[in-house]
Amino acid sequence: MGLKLEEIKSLIKKSIPDAEITIQDLAGDENHYSATIKSKIFVGKSRIEQHKLVYKALNGKMGNELHALALNTIES
Amino acid sequence: MNELIKKKIDDLIEKNKVCLFMKGTPDVPQCGFSLAVSNVLKHLKVSFKGINVLEDNEIREGIKEFSDWPTIPQLYINKKFIGGSDIVKEMFEKGELQKILDAK
Repeated sequence: MGLKLEEIKSLIKKSIPDAEITIQDLAGDENHYSATIKSKIFVGKSRIEQHKLVYKALNGKMGNELHALALNTIES
Repeated sequence: MNELIKKKIDDLIEKNKVCLFMKGTPDVPQCGFSLAVSNVLKHLKVSFKGINVLEDNEIREGIKEFSDWPTIPQLYINKKFIGGSDIVKEMFEKGELQKILDAK
């Protein structure tokens, strides 16, 4: 279980190319992360929709391989 | 998804104005994120129904599909999906959660 920080970044980048990502491994266990993601695609979307876009980028890994990813999405 | 589970979830959010799908119970949360949302609601002195998904795997998996949201906790107010712990915390900090709760 667990997902490497770089892997999370690259998955997000793949589907949100303009994303500026700051990510932190909170517990050092590759399972609890916190990320701030800034992108144009969030503009005009509700928070739920913004977070769903990130979850979608993670290809079903959220809630499975990846236990926790605290999200802060920002419109750029 | 299975109609019976969908009906079960529909009933829960229908009967409970504030309904939190969580790991553990409001008194004994089993996950930090469920604890955080539960604490926000307690702080606002909101009476809410906590649904322990660890006791019911069908609901645990069903609610993810129902809301199209991959993680627990999930908060529903007036049958509307509000979000997971990040969104609830942010809405609380901005005073938006209180407004939704005050509106009948």
